[in-house]
Amino acid sequence: MRKLLLIIASLLASIFAVANDLPQRPEPPTLVNDFANVLSRDERAALERKLVDYFAATSTQIAVVTVNSLSDYQISDYAFRLGEKWGVGGAKFNNGIIMVVKPKTSTSKGEAFIAVGYGLEGAVPDATAKQVVENEMITRFKNNDMYGGIESGTSVLIDLTKGEYNYQQYAKHVEGQGGFSPFIIFLVIFVIFPILFGRRRKGFYAAGGRSSLPFWLAMGMLGGSRRGNSGMFNDFSSGSGSFGGGSSFGSFGGFGGGSFGGGGAGGSW
Amino acid sequence: MKKSVIVLLVIGAIALLLFGSVRKSYNNMVMMEEGVTAQWSQVENVYQRRADLIPNLVNTVKGYASHERETLEGVINARAKATQVTIDPSNLDAAALQNFQEAQSGLSSALSRLMVVMEQYPDLKANQNFRDLQAQLEGTENRITVERMKFNETAQQFNVYIRKFPQNIMANMFGFEKKAYFEAQSGAERAPEVQF
Repeated sequence: MRKLLLIIASLLASIFAVANDLPQRPEPPTLVNDFANVLSRDERAALERKLVDYFAATSTQIAVVTVNSLSDYQISDYAFRLGEKWGVGGAKFNNGIIMVVKPKTSTSKGEAFIAVGYGLEGAVPDATAKQVVENEMITRFKNNDMYGGIESGTSVLIDLTKGEYNYQQYAKHVEGQGGFSPFIIFLVIFVIFPILFGRRRKGFYAAGGRSSLPFWLAMGMLGGSRRGNSGMFNDFSSGSGSFGGGSSFGSFGGFGGGSFGGGGAGGSW
Repeated sequence: MKKSVIVLLVIGAIALLLFGSVRKSYNNMVMMEEGVTAQWSQVENVYQRRADLIPNLVNTVKGYASHERETLEGVINARAKATQVTIDPSNLDAAALQNFQEAQSGLSSALSRLMVVMEQYPDLKANQNFRDLQAQLEGTENRITVERMKFNETAQQFNVYIRKFPQNIMANMFGFEKKAYFEAQSGAERAPEVQF
């Protein structure tokens, strides 16, 4: 009995310890979190923009975290727990990736890890993640090119995950679970209306104007995370034109509650 | 006459409240137990994944280090033993879990012995196929750690819930039992160190 209590207590303790040790979810949410200060302001903004754009196009979230200390965790453990805590990726598809980089210091070696959410394990198998870490990232980190390594690592991850969950599949999924179908509304607006109004351009646009309410409803139903329509996207990222503006950060709308099951790989230098 | 109506009403109200609370607790227990079962199958999945990796790994190693017969056979035997032990997820008690864990940790230590031996074969270590396998094995060990941790968390939630008052009475009545935890074992259960 006492042993049991001890086990429960230590479990609880470890859970609370986790909650305290790991960095809090950034507020406002940002995909690039340079806690170790290895990136310049412009580099951070460029990376953030690239990742937010990618998220907007595909709903896949790739988060980058640099830290000076892993608070006694192994870097893999750290990455999984942090990804789980922040909820990187969508909850339904678990399509998140978290890249953790601990720079080399005079007393400790540098470490990097790419943790892949459940949903992307097919797109980024462990062996591939290992190769990305070693070939793209660590080779550059060794030359003190932190930005270059993170930049090219995330670029390869983007290429790998592209198409795994594209916006069409995502829309289909939403259609499947929703009470009424945005796809049908789409169909009505873009197929049936043009047919009804023939090739009269004016007529078509008028129709588009009238049906704007269901259209916005439809877009709203897509959870705000799928922005295939360029007009919508421009709205969404307004202000991202200038670097350093607060509004350009965090405009990706927050982490989605994705889960990690231990996929991914890392290395050290 | 009037009095008995009131008494009946009060009894009825109490019965209704009682029913509501029993129903809620019971449904919660069912839901949480299902959560534990689901998480258990995740744990079994990742162990299975490791077992599936081994034939490939053994074959790759054989090509380079065929005279390490003993170590290789140790891995194969431990794998056979580990895949034999399965648990009925409706009976996740401490004894069953310990049995499972022992079989799996036998495989873990056989694997780590293999990895130590492999250190002596630079050709093998340079082989891309072997490196991929190593990365996969490493990833699988990570998955095992994560899923075990998640299992412990869900089991703990369930255990805390069924031990609280008044759920403990109902858990007793309906036969919900405490789930066992994975315990960290010193040394044996540690993931094989994979170094380059």
